Amino acid sequence: MNRNLIYIILFLLGLNSFVGDNSYFVITQKDVQLQIPKDFPKPVYDFKENKLTPEGFTLGRKLFYDPVLSKDSSVSCAFCHQRFAAFAHVDHTLSHGINGLIGRRNVPPIQNMIWQKNFMWDGGINHLEVQPVSPMTNSAEMDETMAHSVYKLQQNKEYVTLFKKAFNDPHVSSENVLKALAQFTGLMVSSNSKYDKYLRGEEKFTDQELNGFKLFRLRCENCHQEPLFTDNSFRNIGIKPDTALRDSGRMSITGLPSDYMKFKVPSLRNVELTYPYMHDGRFKNLYDVLDHYAKGIFFTNNFDEGIKKNVGSLSEDDKQALIAFLKTLTDKDFIYDKRFADPNSR
Amino acid sequence: MNLVSKAFVITGLILALGATMSFVIMRHSIAKGNLNIHFENYVGDSLLKLNTINYKNEAGQVYTISKFKYYIGNIHLKKADGSGYTLPQEYFLINEENLSSKEIVLKDVPEGSYTSVNFIVGVDSIHNCSGAQSGALDPVNAMFWAWNTGYVFLKIEGYSDASKSPGHILEFHIGGFKAPANCIRKIGLDLGNKGLNVASGKDASLSIKADVSEAFKSPVAIDFSKISAVTDFHNSTMMADNYADMFSILAVE
Repeated sequence: MNRNLIYIILFLLGLNSFVGDNSYFVITQKDVQLQIPKDFPKPVYDFKENKLTPEGFTLGRKLFYDPVLSKDSSVSCAFCHQRFAAFAHVDHTLSHGINGLIGRRNVPPIQNMIWQKNFMWDGGINHLEVQPVSPMTNSAEMDETMAHSVYKLQQNKEYVTLFKKAFNDPHVSSENVLKALAQFTGLMVSSNSKYDKYLRGEEKFTDQELNGFKLFRLRCENCHQEPLFTDNSFRNIGIKPDTALRDSGRMSITGLPSDYMKFKVPSLRNVELTYPYMHDGRFKNLYDVLDHYAKGIFFTNNFDEGIKKNVGSLSEDDKQALIAFLKTLTDKDFIYDKRFADPNSR
Repeated sequence: MNLVSKAFVITGLILALGATMSFVIMRHSIAKGNLNIHFENYVGDSLLKLNTINYKNEAGQVYTISKFKYYIGNIHLKKADGSGYTLPQEYFLINEENLSSKEIVLKDVPEGSYTSVNFIVGVDSIHNCSGAQSGALDPVNAMFWAWNTGYVFLKIEGYSDASKSPGHILEFHIGGFKAPANCIRKIGLDLGNKGLNVASGKDASLSIKADVSEAFKSPVAIDFSKISAVTDFHNSTMMADNYADMFSILAVE
């Protein structure tokens, strides 16, 4: 009798997974409430012109995880932006694309996007909504035209329904593709690391973490400013140019020689998860990064003034303490937030 | 509600309706007409034909054109007294491959005699920083730079044996809205003695010539063996200065 009941329950549970919404996690109104963390500045991106809705977010999530956006339907956004790595590409120095192509730069994480004034290592993209156009059309990434992406989605009945639900428009437009993606990535807010909990008095640092925090504020804060751990500036931090990549950094956007080899100061939130590091992924771990500042600087005329005084003299204990502190920036609540999970997974 | 108050309410409603209607009529009493602007693309004195005709630049280098597209915006009509009419903010993408794109139909232009037409070639700063957009500014039109946000204002592609690019192609993608590489150019064209007369009940029309050869001519004559591609800020303002004088009035009716 009891065994039969268990079978019936198991059967019903199994049945349940085949009916209704087949998403891994159904998004409701409460899931699309944007909470600005205390002490975070006013966001740059304003959802006023792109109202957050469960339908818009759900559509953006589906697009993010769907390889249909690439030329040969092999590569999705999530291919390079892995959830467990704060949406960076773990253990990959340079971005990957269709046909096994390799790009020119390391995949940055996706987090706290609505506070960014511009995007990419060189800051060439000026608005959250148009950021995806770059990987979608880049010949070494998804290599698809915007027009053909829109065409493919328009041929798909499920997408037509979802676009109608989200934007009340059965005609798929690039504008709505991009707005849906902005709803999905714009809500990716990381503000619940051990560091945040420490500041809120909810958790305690170890002595080593605390030492690292003090060192950080003394030596790193100039560029990696709290609470976003970046000042959104571009700096030459003494990275030796790679003769194969021939990447001039910010200069490729502005044309100014003074911007040669300057790259955007990356946020350090979730930095433990986003290895390898730098614009070309040349450093495989945080220790190597600290070693670069301690003894690996390639000096040029435009080497950053702010770092000059902080170069050199890091003891072994200093390095270990800094790394211990940096690991407190890992935000498991963000990494495991089901809203951002692949809707096709179970 | 008694009979008297009912009568009051009904009278009030009738009066309100009358006031609204007369307001609507008054608004329409500012007479308006239609204006059609035709963009006609030329190379020198002959109408542009894509791919099939050999043209010559100032250096005598032979070339063909396979693509010619450009943005027109901020259209403004001016009267002799300095007053004028600015069109609702809108952009038009003129594309040689698409006949209908070369006809701009403007409805509800206030009546009057206009002496000049002004517009920009390009897209203003705000519309280069506004995120996802639709219509002429939709990135599906392939006039959008993904890696360095902004619109390509004017695109000329073609072939010339003189070009040293792979496949001897010519590739001029000119854009950029920030100094020092700002390629937005203001165009002002005089509409002649008679001017352009817009009146209700008739379609006024304006034909504007865009001469591709001017983009390779002055102030700087382009030698295709030296410059066969401009696709970022390098040489972009030189090209913009060149295209700034490619427009002229063909006909005013």
